[in-house]
Amino acid sequence: MTATTPPPMPEGLVAVVKKDCPTCVLVAPVLTDLADRAGLTVITQDDPAFPAVADWVVHDHDLALSWHHDIETVPTLLNVKGDDTSSRLEGWSRDQWEAFTGTDALGVDLPDWRPGCGSLSVDPTRTDELAVRFSGSTLTSRRVEIAALEDDWEAMWDRGWSDGLPVVPPTEARVLRMLEGTSRAPDEIVAVVPPDLVECTVEKVAVNAVMAGCKPEYLPVVLTAVEAACTDEFNMHGLLATTMPVGPVLIVNGPIVDEIGMNSGLNLLGQGNRANSTIGRALQLVIRNVGGGKPGGVDRATQGSPAKIGLCFAEDEAGSAWDSFAESRGFDRGASTVTLFPGEGPRLLFDQKSRSAESLTKHFAEMLRTYASPRMVMQFETVVVMSPEHMNRYRDAGWDRARFLDELNAHLMIDGAEIIAGAGGIEEGMPEFVKDMRLPKYPPGGIHVVHGGSHAGLFSAAIGGWVTGEIGSVTVTREIER
Amino acid sequence: MTTVLDPTGELRPETRERVARPESLNGLTVGLLDISKPRGDVFLDRVEERLTGLGASVKRFSKPTFTKPAPVDLRHEIATTCDAVIEALAD
Repeated sequence: MTATTPPPMPEGLVAVVKKDCPTCVLVAPVLTDLADRAGLTVITQDDPAFPAVADWVVHDHDLALSWHHDIETVPTLLNVKGDDTSSRLEGWSRDQWEAFTGTDALGVDLPDWRPGCGSLSVDPTRTDELAVRFSGSTLTSRRVEIAALEDDWEAMWDRGWSDGLPVVPPTEARVLRMLEGTSRAPDEIVAVVPPDLVECTVEKVAVNAVMAGCKPEYLPVVLTAVEAACTDEFNMHGLLATTMPVGPVLIVNGPIVDEIGMNSGLNLLGQGNRANSTIGRALQLVIRNVGGGKPGGVDRATQGSPAKIGLCFAEDEAGSAWDSFAESRGFDRGASTVTLFPGEGPRLLFDQKSRSAESLTKHFAEMLRTYASPRMVMQFETVVVMSPEHMNRYRDAGWDRARFLDELNAHLMIDGAEIIAGAGGIEEGMPEFVKDMRLPKYPPGGIHVVHGGSHAGLFSAAIGGWVTGEIGSVTVTREIER
Repeated sequence: MTTVLDPTGELRPETRERVARPESLNGLTVGLLDISKPRGDVFLDRVEERLTGLGASVKRFSKPTFTKPAPVDLRHEIATTCDAVIEALAD
């Protein structure tokens, strides 16, 4: 697609009209009068013979003049001087038209004033098509034509573009609309996406975001997530290639959560919220389609997890007794961030009877000790999604995040003798040399707490991680660039 | 008819000929790449024994971590100093 050059408006007095506008029809005699007395060019959007068949009537058949010169209302009266089309009037007002044109006694039989109608160039049924035609699209993705007798969804599925769920056809109009969600240029490189190590542009992310079902305002989160996923420390390649059932888990903080309508409350880890459901999916589609990472290819998960469709949720910061998760990772409260945690699907942390912070913490430790295997220590991190009712125990007790983590980690120290290979007749376990040590279940800083969920239910959730640290994947938080 | 934008990386992979399979390992240098999974060394120790018995000389390599692709420099070193390579997974 090549950029279109804006066609110039005729010089002098110009009126933009359409026949399908009662006000334009009303002022038709005035237009003829002005053409005679003051010299006027009429740009007609629909009927080429409206208001007359004459050399001063120009048919804007493809709406190029109207679109390029930002005509929003008809009639619009302009006084064009070279490239300057800023002098303009909208609708009909005898006093204003007389002053604007320097002509007296205009439409003396007409009402003094009538509002105009919408220009065809801003008709909601046409704007997408016009944007594609005229925006000077620089989109460079290959165009794929799906034949009339093909079903769009089946055709995309057959090309291997889907994770198994329906995808929205990424038409140029939809992709252009998606790109309005960011100030970044379509050809800007966002990241080099594994496993094929493909340079991925903002445009390719937008294409996949459309397919995932995102709205344009989600795009900045998706772009930042793609950047974070493709860092060396997050190690998306390894996360994809592993036989463990893990993928990138996205946690969103800051003002953007409410701005784009993310769910941090009831069922935040489940279905039903468009932003939660599609942002993580968009990242996964980028990995699949741009990076070439597919199950059975470089994705070698033994069993996988439904969370690999895309797992994304937001923190309920306002309802928390603590600093926000993003603050705990060094960001300002006013910053919008996305954190990528290399993790599996969530599982339940059940406690309906603890009424003290001490009891609940001990019980959390008992449950968190079992992640992956009770015999595996210091290899994996975890995210605890703490529910409001559980958070209330700590609010009541006056515990802050640091106190909670200190107490929790103290209860997660494990005797090496219990978990070495062979202990209790079980061959799995830690090496013999840890036998006389006391070991923490999680490495330092390896427990992340995010507050969220509904106000009813004494249940929290834990999301277990993959191999942590430099040899595996490091949790990454990035500020979201708008 | 719907026209959509290609969501893929639009890669055009080049096809390259594989190196011809050697008739014999006698006198060749074989690289053994340990990806650093537990007990990969046990497997490769045995492979080295067998290869040496066949008259090959063996060079041992290992990846810094099994979770990431082998670094470019390591791949280059293997390619330029060995005639063949065996990569070992384990567990």
